[in-house]
Amino acid sequence: MIINHPLLGPRDSAEFIYLGDANLIDRPNWQAPTAAKDFYEYAYLRDNPAGWHDELWFHEAGDRSWLVVTRNTLTHEISNVALARDVARLRGRSK
Amino acid sequence: MNQVNRLKGGQIDRSVTHRFKFDGKTFEGHQGDTLASALLANGVRLMGRSFKYHRPRGVLTAGSEEPNALVELRNGARQEPNSRATTIELFDGLLAKSQNRLGPLKYDLLAINDRFSNFLTAGFYYKTFMWPAAFWEKVYEPIIRRAAGLGSLSQLDDPDVYDKGFLHCDLLVIGAGPAGLAAALTAGRSGAEVILADEDFRMGGRLNCESLTLDDQSAPAWADDVVAELKSLPNVRVMHRTTIIGAFDHGIYGAVERISDHLIVPDLGKPRQILWRIYTKRTILATGAIERPIAFENNDRPGIMLASAIRTYANRFAVAANKKIVIFTNNDDGHRTAKDLHAMGVEVCGVIDVRADAPRSLDYEVLHGQVVDTKGRLGLNQVKIRLENGNIRSLDCGALGVSGGWNPNVHLTCHQRGRPTWRDDIAAFVPGVDLPLGMSVAGAASGIMSTTGALQSGTDAACAALSAIGIKSRAITIPQTEDAPVSIQPFWYVKGCRRAWIDLQNDVTVKDIQLSHQEGFRAVEHLKRYTTLGMATDQGKTSNMGGLAIMAELAGTSIPKAGTTIFRPPYTPTAIGVFAGRHRGQDFHPKRLTPSHKWAKEQGAAFVEVGNWMRAQWFPLAGETKWRESVDREVLAVRTSVGVCDVTTLGKIDVQGAEAAEFLNKIYCNGFAKLAVGKCRYGLMLREDGIAKDDGTAARLANDHFVVTTTTANALPVYRHMEFVRQCLFPDMDVQLISTTESWAQYAVAGPNSRALLQKIIDPFTDLSNDAFPFMSCANVTVCGGLRARLFRISFSGELAYELAVPTAYGDALIRKIIAVGAEFNVTPYGTEALGVLRIEKGHAAGNELNGTTTAQNLGMGKLVSKTKDSIGSILSERAALTAPGTLCQVGIKPLNPADPVIAGAHLMNEKGPIDAAHDQGYVTSACFSPNLGHAIAIGFLKDGDLRFGEKMRLVSPLTGIETKIEIVSAHFIDPQGERLRA
Repeated sequence: MIINHPLLGPRDSAEFIYLGDANLIDRPNWQAPTAAKDFYEYAYLRDNPAGWHDELWFHEAGDRSWLVVTRNTLTHEISNVALARDVARLRGRSK
Repeated sequence: MNQVNRLKGGQIDRSVTHRFKFDGKTFEGHQGDTLASALLANGVRLMGRSFKYHRPRGVLTAGSEEPNALVELRNGARQEPNSRATTIELFDGLLAKSQNRLGPLKYDLLAINDRFSNFLTAGFYYKTFMWPAAFWEKVYEPIIRRAAGLGSLSQLDDPDVYDKGFLHCDLLVIGAGPAGLAAALTAGRSGAEVILADEDFRMGGRLNCESLTLDDQSAPAWADDVVAELKSLPNVRVMHRTTIIGAFDHGIYGAVERISDHLIVPDLGKPRQILWRIYTKRTILATGAIERPIAFENNDRPGIMLASAIRTYANRFAVAANKKIVIFTNNDDGHRTAKDLHAMGVEVCGVIDVRADAPRSLDYEVLHGQVVDTKGRLGLNQVKIRLENGNIRSLDCGALGVSGGWNPNVHLTCHQRGRPTWRDDIAAFVPGVDLPLGMSVAGAASGIMSTTGALQSGTDAACAALSAIGIKSRAITIPQTEDAPVSIQPFWYVKGCRRAWIDLQNDVTVKDIQLSHQEGFRAVEHLKRYTTLGMATDQGKTSNMGGLAIMAELAGTSIPKAGTTIFRPPYTPTAIGVFAGRHRGQDFHPKRLTPSHKWAKEQGAAFVEVGNWMRAQWFPLAGETKWRESVDREVLAVRTSVGVCDVTTLGKIDVQGAEAAEFLNKIYCNGFAKLAVGKCRYGLMLREDGIAKDDGTAARLANDHFVVTTTTANALPVYRHMEFVRQCLFPDMDVQLISTTESWAQYAVAGPNSRALLQKIIDPFTDLSNDAFPFMSCANVTVCGGLRARLFRISFSGELAYELAVPTAYGDALIRKIIAVGAEFNVTPYGTEALGVLRIEKGHAAGNELNGTTTAQNLGMGKLVSKTKDSIGSILSERAALTAPGTLCQVGIKPLNPADPVIAGAHLMNEKGPIDAAHDQGYVTSACFSPNLGHAIAIGFLKDGDLRFGEKMRLVSPLTGIETKIEIVSAHFIDPQGERLRA
C-alpha cells in the first residue's frame, strides 16, 4: 500500500508501523466518576469494521509522525491521511 | 538420430549448438531452444511420470502453464525441482532429470499405481487410510509421500545470490505480445516512463509462434523492430525474462527478473534473480490467452499436446512435434495449426472437428467427429475417432494437437478479489469490472482474439491510460494483418469415457469430478480441495476451466453461475531465495555493534545476539575452559573491586521542553515533576491496561531536559509509545523527543573501587565524593581533559556504581582508557551473563520479570503507582482482578540443599499435595549460580509471595522430571539495606 503522508507525500506502507483504531486518541478523563469503566472500554472495546476505518499508523522509518489513515479494510483504498496531532486537537485534546 | 524433427526456419540460431543431458543421455539443440523444444527436436516425447498414477507423460504446452514436463534442472546445490521444460532456456552443458519415478523413466516401478486406480480416485486419502488411526503417520503417509510427488530438493544451501530492487514508472505493460508491444510503443513514443515486462526470453508473445505477416513483415520480424525501437528510447525499460508475479495494492507489482537462469552458473558478482517492486501509476495487462485441452479417453499420452503448442514448436522453434500429426478441435484455431504444419511439410493425417460446419481443406482430411481413444504406452501411435455417423475410424500418428478454445489470461486481474465475467461468444471468462487500481486489459487477455484487435486495443489502452495521468499520446498506425472472428462450439469432454484427464498435473479425471459432485463437494472451492484440481505448480492454468464446465453441467447450472476459484500470487512458482534476497544467514537482520565491540573482540569475548545487537557475553581468560569460570570471576571482581560493562545498547531518549517533567509524569506511573536537576530516578512505565511495559531511569540534566533510559529490547517500542502519547494524547504539550541510543557510548563502572577509578578519568573539577555526588546523581562532566561526557550514579549491580557516557566516536578510546587506568584495581570487563547474575543477586527485575503479564504490584512496586496524578495505565492497574488476594508477588528462591540447581521456567508447588496446574503457586523467571553465596538462586512470582518468606516449597518441572526442595526468601540476596550502592 501507499500512504500519502501529509508532509512527505506518497510513501510505501513498509515504512510504517500499524497500531489500530484511531479512537485510541480519545483517552478518557482519569478523574471522571466513571473512569474505571471508561478506561476499560477505551483499552479493550474497539470496532473492527469491514469497510472504512480510521487507523493510527506511525512513520517509524521516516519522520516519526503518527498519522490517522482512513482506509477501507475490504479494498485497502485510502481516502484521507492526516497528522494525528491535528486530529487530536480537533477532537479537543491539548495537554 | 540427431534432431530428427527439426524443420526449416524458426527463431533459433543454428550457428550456436548446445549439448545437454536429459536422464544421462546427451542431445544437441540450438540457441533459442527451450529444453522442451530441443527434446522434441530429438524425437523425445516421454518427459516425466504423472503425480499419482505414474502414467507416462510428455509435454502439453509451450509456455509457463505447463502441467506435465517438469524436471529437476541442474545438479548438486543448484538442483531445482519442478522446473518446466517449456520455459528452461537451453544452454550448453544443461543437465536435467525426469522426476517422480522409481527406476528408469520408461520402466517406472511405481506405475503399478495405475493398476489400482479404482482405489486411488478423488478423496482416496480420506477414505482409504482412516484405519487404524496410528498407521497414518507411520505407515501410510511415508508410502504415499514416496510414491506421490514432484521433484526432490538437493538439501544443500543455495549457492546463488538474489537481489531486491525498486522501480517506478508511469505505465507498466505486462506481456510483450501484439497488444503489449503496441501499448508500450504508443507510451514510449509519448515520452512516458514505461516498463515492458515479459516472462519469455524473446519478446513478441504469439507473434513469434504464428506464420502471420504484419504489412510486409513476418510477425517475429515486426516484433523485433518494435522491441529495437523501444530499447532505443531512454524512457522505456524493456525487461526480458521478467514475470510479474503479483498485483498488489495501489499500483504496486511484484516482478521476478531471471538474470542468470539461462546460464550454466551466474556470471561473477551477478545475482541469479532479482525481485523487483514496481510502483506504477497505470498498468496495461496484455498477458494474452492460454489454450485449453479437451478431455477424452487416454488423452494424456506423450505426444498429445495443445494444438497451439504444436504450432509454436513448428513456427518458433522449427520443430515438428512428430512426423505425423492429427488435430482435434472445436474451433477455427485448431485448423490454423493444421494449415501451418502442412505448409511446413509436416504430414497432417486429419483434422477432427466436433462442429458440423468446420472449414474444409484441400490439403488434408477434415472429419466431423470426436476422438474416443488413443494407443501407445510410452508415446502416442494411434487415435480412434467416432465419426458423426457412428462409424469408428483409426488414424496412425505420433502427435495429436488438441484445441478446446482459448482462456484469456485473467490471473493478475483477480489478485485483489476481482471476479471474471463469462462471455458466450468466445466461451471463456474475461476480466471483470473490478480490476486492480489503475489497471486496464488489452488484447487476448481481454477477450479480443484477433491480431488486429490486439494491436488496436493495445494502442488504445495506452492512450487512455496516459491521458488519465495527464500525458498526451497518439495511437500508432496498425499494420495490416489477421483479423479473423472467433468461431467456437463449446466442447469440454467426450462422453462415456472411463479415464479422461482434466488435470494432468494432479491426475484428476472427468470421473473424479463426477465423484466430487456425487459426494456433495459441488462448490468450486470444494471441488478443488476434494479432487486437487488446479493445485500444485501450474495452478490449473490449463485444467480449471474444463473441471468447472463439467461441474456446471452436472449441477445443471451455467458456467458463470458455478463460479471460479480465486487466483492468487505468485503467477508462476517462485524461488523462496528471491523473496529472501540478501537477508539470509548472518544477514537475516542488520547487525548492530557496540562501541567496545572491536576491543571486546581483541579480548576474545564470547558474544550473544540481543535483538540486532551483538553484546559481549563473558570475557574468558587464559586457562578458563567453562563459561561459568569466567562469569563467576567477573561477578566476584565487581563485588570486591571494580568491573566495567558496555551498556550502550540500553535505549536513550532525550526529552526536552518546558513541559518535559509533566510529560514524564504521564508516561511513568511514579512521579517526576519534583525531581531536582542533577538527580536520577527509577521509573516504571505501564501500558494503558495496567501491565508493566518497561522500566529504566530518567536523569534531569536541566529544568527542561531529561534523559530517559529503556531496556535494550524495548528501546524502539518505548520511543514509539512516547511519541504516541506526545502526538495523539497531549498534542499541545511543550516537549520534544529524540532517540540518542546510538549517539552515546555508555559504560557501567561498578564496584567498591569504581569511584577511585573514575577519579583518574573524570576531569578534576567534578567532585565525586559521596557528599557532592551521592547515589542517584547525574551531571554533565568532562573526561580525559575536556571531552564532554555524562555521568550518572546509578547501579544495576547493587554496588557503588556509575554509568559514564561519551559521544559514540570516543567509545573505543574510553574503554581502553578505563582498562588502562584501572589496572591498579585489576579492573575486570564483564559481559551480559555477569550482568544478569549481579542483578539477580540484587533482586532487580529485568525482561524476564517485565514479561508482558506482570503488574507493578506483581513486581513488588505497587506503592510506586501514583494515585494523585494521571499516568498511562494507572486507572486500569487498580482493577479488582489485578489486586485481589492471591496475586503473584516477586520473591527470591534458594535451594534447601545448596548443591541443587534451580531452573528458570520451573513451577512452585506447596511442600505437600498434588503437582498439577490447579495447585500451581507460581513460577521461576530468572535463575543463576551466585558465586557470592555459593549456591543457586532465583527470582520468580509466587501467590501472595510477600507474605510467605521462609516457607518451604517444591520447585517442579514435570517436563524435565526435576523436583527440588526450596525456600522462599526476599529477592534481595545481597545487601538488602542498599548500603553498598550509597557508599
